[in-house]
Amino acid sequence: MELVVYCVDKLFGSHRVLDGISFLLKGGKILALVGPNGSGKSTLIKAITRIHDPSNGTISLDGADIRTINPVDLAMKVGYVPQHFTYTLYSTVFETVLLGRRRFIRWSVSDEELSRVQAALDALGMGNLAGAYMDQLSGGERQKVFIARALAQDPALYLFDEPTSALDIRYQIEVMETMRRITRKQGASMVIAVHDLNLAYRYADTVLVLDHGLTAGYGEPHAVLTPDCIRKVYGVDSFVVENEHGKFILPFRTHRAAGE
Amino acid sequence: MAQDTPASVPKTVTVHSLYRAGSSQRIALIVVLTAVVILTAVLSAGIGTVAITPGDTVLAIIHPSAGALNEFLMRNLPLGAPMVSDMLVAIPTPADAQAELIVMGFRLPRIFLAILTGASLAVAGVVMQGLLRNPLVSPFTLGLSSAASFGAAIAIVIGPAILGTLAIGIEDNAFIIVMAFLFGWLSMLLVYGISRARGTSQSTLILAGVVIGYLFQAGVMALKYLTNNDKLRDIVVWLMGGMWGASWNAVLILLPLCLVTFILLERMAWDLNVLAAGDDVAKNLGINVGRFRLTGLMISTFAASCCLAFTGIIGFIGLMAPHICRMFIGNDHRYLIPCSALMGASILLISDTAARTIMSPVEIPVGIIMYIIGGIFFLFLILRGSGRGLY
Repeated sequence: MELVVYCVDKLFGSHRVLDGISFLLKGGKILALVGPNGSGKSTLIKAITRIHDPSNGTISLDGADIRTINPVDLAMKVGYVPQHFTYTLYSTVFETVLLGRRRFIRWSVSDEELSRVQAALDALGMGNLAGAYMDQLSGGERQKVFIARALAQDPALYLFDEPTSALDIRYQIEVMETMRRITRKQGASMVIAVHDLNLAYRYADTVLVLDHGLTAGYGEPHAVLTPDCIRKVYGVDSFVVENEHGKFILPFRTHRAAGE
Repeated sequence: MAQDTPASVPKTVTVHSLYRAGSSQRIALIVVLTAVVILTAVLSAGIGTVAITPGDTVLAIIHPSAGALNEFLMRNLPLGAPMVSDMLVAIPTPADAQAELIVMGFRLPRIFLAILTGASLAVAGVVMQGLLRNPLVSPFTLGLSSAASFGAAIAIVIGPAILGTLAIGIEDNAFIIVMAFLFGWLSMLLVYGISRARGTSQSTLILAGVVIGYLFQAGVMALKYLTNNDKLRDIVVWLMGGMWGASWNAVLILLPLCLVTFILLERMAWDLNVLAAGDDVAKNLGINVGRFRLTGLMISTFAASCCLAFTGIIGFIGLMAPHICRMFIGNDHRYLIPCSALMGASILLISDTAARTIMSPVEIPVGIIMYIIGGIFFLFLILRGSGRGLY
């Protein structure tokens, strides 16, 4: 699935949240959206799944403008995990994941749909929690349930808004490894908004840095996420260390702390 | 991969077996509740000022129905259906000569009205709770009860005058029913109007409903204050709700309306399940959330206001029935809607039977019984303090 975002603006009233954003994402690739709070990451992701349409510009999937795609067809192509999740206390884990299959279910649920739910849960190591109620889970486990729901949807494009914010470091790595495996294997693309720059460093093929709705950097992670760029966008000083495991970026102080 | 198989086989069973276990539990609840409704109906038809044995009650229902069926067969099948006909004719009349008149003429229509009203209010409740993602929403949250009360109060206070002036040949009681229904339905149109301007988020809709409710309540109070004692009493009794308006005509009007609305709402079950995951996820899964929410509210308000028009305000069923069912079977609306309908029907039928027998021959409004049961039920939920009981 090839995603093209072209000159997208989004205004809420007179407030410009996105300003001329363009990027291209090819199948099997991961794009990380990086930027400070309020820089427009969630707004951009929501525009791609048509929760709200952009004020100007176009978004297209494999050459088709998403506004011309029937919502039901779009739902089969795009899977979305929101930043803030809502759930029902009375629902179990597998029922929540099963919702991802909504567009493939007319009324009764076939064995095949259930197998997909099982596969999604197993991919995230949550098979043993299938029968648990949502309110019995920890925040991190819940977040993984919502990721599993998107996996069960089996889309060609994943949109993840801070999918690892509630996860501990082990699960952050596990989830990202799983997602990279899935994108590589199935040729699915993925747009992921992250705060952890090292996750972007390690797992993204491309990084788009947003700053107040403007593009502050776009390209390969190592080329874009430099101490200079981070200083400009976040007002934070950082340095890059490199060892046999790869490159890591370490933020250490804000400008205010540095006395500027 | 071959090594993974033994470990993954029992897991594969898990989701499938969980789903099957859940489904059979849900179907079992439907079967049990259906049995409860039928049994309660038969028992309820037997008790009252004149007691009738269950056997006679059943005969009192079957005998005239079999007679009618026989007549129908004779008329429509030229050769008749001799075997069936013999069997139908062979059904004896009840031992108690009055039984047929009392059961068929008075109690059964009332029982049907209670079943239909209980089911509609419960279904409206469960659907509205799903649509607004709030388990404390009831069919009355969006102003329905105040609006319907206002309509009824207008009809009671100035209805005779209006009808006299316009020379419309309908009875005062029928006018009350029409006005209560129209105003109940109007409340939803007003909510819809507000949502056109301010969007369809849950908070907008609930606030709109509350505001509309207050305005109509003011109207009811004004009418109560301005009217004379007899009419004031009529208004108060209407507000308490009861099955006095029962008749076969009422049942024949409500039955098709309820069936159609239930089917329409049941068709929304999967999307209601998805909506529980939030508006954004629902949109991602291809649901037009705003339109879905308004359509669902329209249909469920319609179901509730149809029944309310005949019975007056009956509270708590729309809250209680869905709550109890969720505790048993979770949040799958495919089953939750029919279970709530049956649960609501049972609760109202039992309450109404109590209302007309506890102080027999004096009848108390079923609304009072519902408030007592509802109050105790929610007190129990609070004291039990389980996370899944109340949100």
